[in-house]
Order: sequence, then C-alpha cells, then structure tokens
Amino acid sequence: MDGNGIVAAVRARFPDAVVADGAAAKDPWIQVAPVAVADVMRHLRDAPDLAFDHLVCVTGVDLTGIAEKPDLRCVWHVASYAHGHQITVRADVPRDAAVLGSVTGIWPSAAWHERETWDLLGIRFEGHPDLRRILLPEEWVGHPLRKDWKEAPRALGFPTTRRTLLDEIRGGNG
Amino acid sequence: MSEEHGQVIEDAGEMVLNMGPHHPSTHGVIRLVLELDGEVVRTVTPDIGYLHRGIEKIAEGMTWQGFMPYTDRIDYLGAMFMNHAYAMAVERLHGIEVPPRAEYLRVLADELNRIASHLICLGSVTMDLGAYTPFLNAVREREVINDIIETLCGARLTYNYMRVGGVSFDLPPGLRERILTWLDGFEVFLDEFDRLITYNEIFLHRCKDVGVITAGEAIGWGLVGPNLRASGVDSDLRRDLPYSVYKDLSFDVVVGRGSVGTVGDVFDRFWCRIEEIKQSCGLVRQVLAGMPLGPILGKVPKKLKAEIPLGPGGAKGGPGADAHVRIESARGDTLVYAVSDGSEKPYRLRFRTGSFTALSIMAHKGAGMMVADLVALFASLDVIAPETDR
Repeated sequence: MDGNGIVAAVRARFPDAVVADGAAAKDPWIQVAPVAVADVMRHLRDAPDLAFDHLVCVTGVDLTGIAEKPDLRCVWHVASYAHGHQITVRADVPRDAAVLGSVTGIWPSAAWHERETWDLLGIRFEGHPDLRRILLPEEWVGHPLRKDWKEAPRALGFPTTRRTLLDEIRGGNG
Repeated sequence: MSEEHGQVIEDAGEMVLNMGPHHPSTHGVIRLVLELDGEVVRTVTPDIGYLHRGIEKIAEGMTWQGFMPYTDRIDYLGAMFMNHAYAMAVERLHGIEVPPRAEYLRVLADELNRIASHLICLGSVTMDLGAYTPFLNAVREREVINDIIETLCGARLTYNYMRVGGVSFDLPPGLRERILTWLDGFEVFLDEFDRLITYNEIFLHRCKDVGVITAGEAIGWGLVGPNLRASGVDSDLRRDLPYSVYKDLSFDVVVGRGSVGTVGDVFDRFWCRIEEIKQSCGLVRQVLAGMPLGPILGKVPKKLKAEIPLGPGGAKGGPGADAHVRIESARGDTLVYAVSDGSEKPYRLRFRTGSFTALSIMAHKGAGMMVADLVALFASLDVIAPETDR
C-alpha cells in the first residue's frame, strides 16, 4: 500500500484521531492526537491490510524554532514485512506535560526505544514497564536533546569544558 | 538458613554477578547484570551507555558535511554503512543526485566492509566458545580487506570515505586486480574455514538448539539483518527496498533453515553470516565488472541549506522538513532520520542501529539459560557496543 492508501485506511478507522497527514510526501507521514497513539498503533499492527509488524524506530524531536508551538514531537517509524510498506507516525505533546501511551505491549522492541526517548528528550511513556534512563547515568539532570538544555560547567564531578580544566591546573584548586 | 564457620548464611541460592563492563566476551563496554542460581541464569539485565558520546547531540552543532567523520565512530566495524546511511539521508533531504560511478564505489566499499565485519563476528563467536585458531584465520583475511580499503581511502577503520553527493576517492589503478586476486584465494579460504569450524563436532554441540529465537520473537523484538534472517524471516533491505545500485545486482538472501538444530539457533546465525560473505564476494565481483566511468561526486552546493525539494513536484519543505532512509548494514536495518530547520546544520539526527534492539532481546532470551550458553547467544547476536550507545 502507498502513503495515500495507508493514510486513508487510518482516517477511515479513526476519523477524529488524525490531526494532519503527508500522504503524498516522499516519506509519507500521519500525525495523530496524543491520546489516540496506542489505539492507532494497535490497529496499524493488527489490521490485515496494514500489518505493520516491524517497529523500526521511536524517536523524538524538539520543535522549538521549526514549528509554531515549541512542542515535543514523538516519531514512530513503522514498517511491514508482510506488505513491504512503511509509514511515519507523529504525535506532538506540550513540553511541560510530555506524556504519551507506551507501545511496548504492541511491539516489545519499543521498550528500549522509549527509554531512550525518555532519557534524551524527556517524553514520558505511560504504561511502560520499566521507564528508566538508558544511555545517561541515573543521576543525570535534564534531557540533553531538548533545545533549552544547557550544559552545566561540571557534570558527574568532571568539568565539561577544556578551559575550566586548564584553569584548575593553573590555579591549583578544584 | 545454615550455619557454616560460625557465619549464618542466608538460604539464598541466587548470586548477582556483573558480566562486564570489562569482560572479554562483551565485545566492547557492555554490562550484563546476571542473577544466577548456580550455573543457571535467572534474569539478565543489560546495562548500556558506557560508550555514549552524544553523537546525535554533537551533530546539532556541526554542518551537514562536517558531521561525516563522526558517523564512522558509530559502528567501528562497519563504518562504511554509517557513512552510506548518513550520506543517503542528507541527499534525500536536500534532493542531491549521486553519479552512477559513485554508487558503484559505495556498494563496493559496503560489501568489502560487510565481509570484514562478518569475519570479526564469526571469529569472535568461535573465540567465545573456546576456539582460538578460527579467530586468527578470520582476522588475517580481514587484515587484507583493511589494506584494500586503506588503498581506496587512506584509512583502515574509520574510513570517512563517503561524501554528501558521492565518494571522496576514485578506485586507484591496480586495485581492481588486487581485489579480484584476493577474492580468488578468499573463496577457497572460506571453504577451509567452513571445514575447520562450522561442522566441528564440539562447536556444533555448543551451537545447535542454543538460544533459539523464533521468527515471531525476532520480528517483535526488532531484530534485523542476519539475526532476523537466521530466524527464518526472508527480509533484506537490499532486495526489498533497493537503494543505491542493488536493484541491478543479483544475489540470494540467506535465510536460516535449522540445518543442524532448530531454526533461529546460534548455529543458524553463524551459518547465515558465512553464506552472506559468499554472497558479498559475488556482489564485489559484479560491482567491479559493471562499474561505469564518470564523475565520483555530484553537484553539491557549498553550503547545504534547506530549500528542500521534498515530495512530488518539488514542493518546498522548509523548516521542519524531515527525511529518513533505511539501509542494510552488516548488523541489519539501519535507519537515519534527519530533520532540518533550514540552516546548514542538522536540527535533529537519529541513528537506529541493529545492535540496540539485538541487545534488548537478551533480557527476554537469557533467563533460564546456562552461563556458557548465554555467552554463545550474546556472541552470535554480533552486538557492537558503540553502536548501541552512540
């Protein structure tokens, strides 16, 4: 199925959940309301003519500067081994209440992808069995891929810039 | 509860053991926290992030072209694939054409790199199972590929060979013959390797019916590449979603068939890689025979700025335009997702790599295995630590 067909199928099943779509784009995408994510995803996997059995990737984008509202966007790339088609699903959530439904129950591989998206962008996935940081240490503060994240002068006991280290050696105090 | 040497020992048959971060069979810096009951593994909790360098964050501060060397560091055994995937993503986002000769050179580099990467995997599987000689044999052959790639682009590990719009160097004189001569010997070596280890009785007993991953599990847990095919799923992006010049080349997709045990066991993953090396040898020959003459770098503006022709009819993408590509790397389906804000720097870049999901299945499959089998399972998944951590 091409982008038009997939988008039409999802729109027919969830007329209210689809916010926008790019059915004719080079990489077809469909944007859904955050509350409907889990339902749409389950339908994408279970409907026989869609059969998106492969969750390729879950990722997030901070929309500050490229969209009207500085929301956080979660992006799911899903594909189907059975039909060979793929689509990008998006959902935008406000940055101070970035919560989405987890899809770990639909694709087990989502577990680590969602942990990474929480770790680096601070999007919380409700219903995730074990939502911890995955790449950064537990004691890390903030989510570095958010555009308003500022690097602290020291992190985990180490200075984060070379100049500070030199200054410390020259000054002889820590 | 029992009393021994005056100490009260809690009747806890379980022991928590850290396998890694520095353990010979973790192939890089990965920690597996094991809860053991004697030799039997009760739970496995992989702990990653030791090699996290924030590559996706670094990208946001660099130009599109300037980021290329960093992609080498994502997967040091398959740097060509990361080069290729990243270059393709940028080209797709900016609508850049790649000349045919450059496409052939890219596929040549990819397939040589695939052979090298699979050789390391085969070698380390055997080494983790206690056989040292096959590892040395495999590394000896990989060394020749390193030399060939060094002649092609000047680097042996972090190639930085590809450019947005093409490749950096043309095939130097004499290299075609050198590759063909080496291939003649290499194909004989592969048979020898096969006889040396693949059907070795001890090796078979360590591999067959161990760590069986069914097709359903492999798809659900997002396994890709040889790991997925070994479970009996007939999928290869080079054939199913042909990029570059793969649609003009002929090769077979190797699918696990459980020839000595069950479909999807450690042996199938090992065997699939050997067969894939043979297919790659054929691809290298085809590429060398069919390579057209012409430029190796397309027309690329000095500063890549996103007046992005995206979608049909050249509809402008503008800020927020995104594109993604998927290629078949040595570790499978690699996705690069790129978002532009219209400036010359990436706004957001995401690499989805095969090792990341391959490692996540360890917690699911490891429970109930023997420690020694866990090592076999882990080695056969071909996990590269910098690729999981990025």
